[in-house]
Amino acid sequence: MKKLINAVEDVVKDSLAGMAAAHSDLIKVHYDPDFVVRADAPIAGKVGIISGGGSGHEPMHGGFVGKGMLDAACPGAVFTSPVPDQMLAATKAVNGGAGVLHIVKNYTGDVMNFELAAELAQAEGIEVATVVVNDDVAVKDSTWTAGRRGVGTTVLLEKIVGAAAEGGANLADCTRIATKVNDHGRSMGMALTSCVVPANGKPTFELGENEMEIGIGIHGEPGRTRMELKSAREIVEMMAEAILTDLPFASGDNVLAFVNGMGGTPLIELYIVYNELAKLCADEGITIARHLIGNYITSLEMAGASITLLKLDDELTRLWDAPVHTPALRWGA
Amino acid sequence: MLITAGHVIRFLERVAQIIHTHRDELTLLDANIGDADHGTNLDRGFAAVVSKLPTVADKDVGTILKTTGMTLISTVGGASGPLYGTAFIRAAGVLAGLETVNPEQLVAALEAALEGIQTRGKAQRGEKTMIDAIAPGIDVLQAAQGTDEPFLAVAERALAAVEAGMQATIPMLATKGRASYLGERSIGFQDPGATSSFYIAQALFTMLQEAAAQADAS
Repeated sequence: MKKLINAVEDVVKDSLAGMAAAHSDLIKVHYDPDFVVRADAPIAGKVGIISGGGSGHEPMHGGFVGKGMLDAACPGAVFTSPVPDQMLAATKAVNGGAGVLHIVKNYTGDVMNFELAAELAQAEGIEVATVVVNDDVAVKDSTWTAGRRGVGTTVLLEKIVGAAAEGGANLADCTRIATKVNDHGRSMGMALTSCVVPANGKPTFELGENEMEIGIGIHGEPGRTRMELKSAREIVEMMAEAILTDLPFASGDNVLAFVNGMGGTPLIELYIVYNELAKLCADEGITIARHLIGNYITSLEMAGASITLLKLDDELTRLWDAPVHTPALRWGA
Repeated sequence: MLITAGHVIRFLERVAQIIHTHRDELTLLDANIGDADHGTNLDRGFAAVVSKLPTVADKDVGTILKTTGMTLISTVGGASGPLYGTAFIRAAGVLAGLETVNPEQLVAALEAALEGIQTRGKAQRGEKTMIDAIAPGIDVLQAAQGTDEPFLAVAERALAAVEAGMQATIPMLATKGRASYLGERSIGFQDPGATSSFYIAQALFTMLQEAAAQADAS
């Protein structure tokens, strides 16, 4: 499989070096342990907001470090959770004395490694709170699974909580807002093709020419059902129904609609998805008050898309609209 | 039979070798029901352990195992880093300060390691994880305690139980870890974590053969 890389073992470091070279006004990259940190960190009196996870989901999380969003991001190897040393070092680097919030996507490895890091940071006297994002409706939330995965809502949560921290919210308030976003966000993804992990060099799974995978995660892990390819309208209907009935969303709700590309799907197709979603929401009496369309939480070169709906209230809307200036997301600043 | 720090060092080198040899196989198993990184992650972690061994070669068994666990936590990532790392650190706690280890102490260390994995992973038997390979082996070791059966023979039966436990994960439905997202579709695949645990158990058995041979010779 062809990749635009120098060497498999250098993929993450070379990419981080590129970010550092491009965005030195916004971020700094620290190596061994690896983390991306705001150029002006630590900010005295501000709650530090940290996230992290396996690489391969760019721009998440490193691309979201900057004013009004994350203070630091810890990238692991491709699709592999970062290790506690990284989160511990990042936590210390952003600690401005007001505590640090860890935003963790609900994957067994991420949760365990962040848990170890939080224990170590607390042992060093830093107050740490943790919010686990688990918004993927494709996974049954029961004692029979590791619980729902953290997917699209993570991006929205990082923006909204980042704005709250920038505005001076304390750690308890940041945690409350983060929990609210997670409680009100739901996502579902689908794939047309697999992705290729650089270290493996071949597709993680095989999909036939006329097949798609519904309920896909963001690591090339197979979804729940494989079926014959359908039209964008039918696919969006299936995904939206699963999302809408889960919260449930109701007529009169204001939502933030996030149509996300998995890395290999062109924007022309994402707008087709958005169009179908907008029509469906209108039919249900749901107002799309805000939207985000593009590749923000990806799965390497996978073709496919995910839909996230976040139910908005005044507080979340105001925080979404607040200025943000990061490598991948910027408005009002 | 006495296990020395030198035996433990060679055991860890052997684990690194065997994981490296089976790296692609472990990753492939992980591609079936997980995220296709188990072999590469463990290979990276145990290579790092081997590079650290010269710094602890003259230390006690507990220190060697603690360093191993800390190194795995710092280099592996994923779920297997914290799980195997915790296992080695718990075993190190039982063997702290010891220059040599007897079979009873080894069994106690393995029990602590399993308990550590269960606590960190919040998993039990029958959930299609490494626990399903490790626990049956420890059952055999515990059942044989206080009997006359030579420890090496017990260990050989324990290794067979680990292998059978690994194979028994094939028809299981995963309810922990990333494979659980597949639901019914996780059935029919061997668990990669159980498989790497079997390879580590193999290296452990080879270490015991070595220790037993030296005990006979002396």
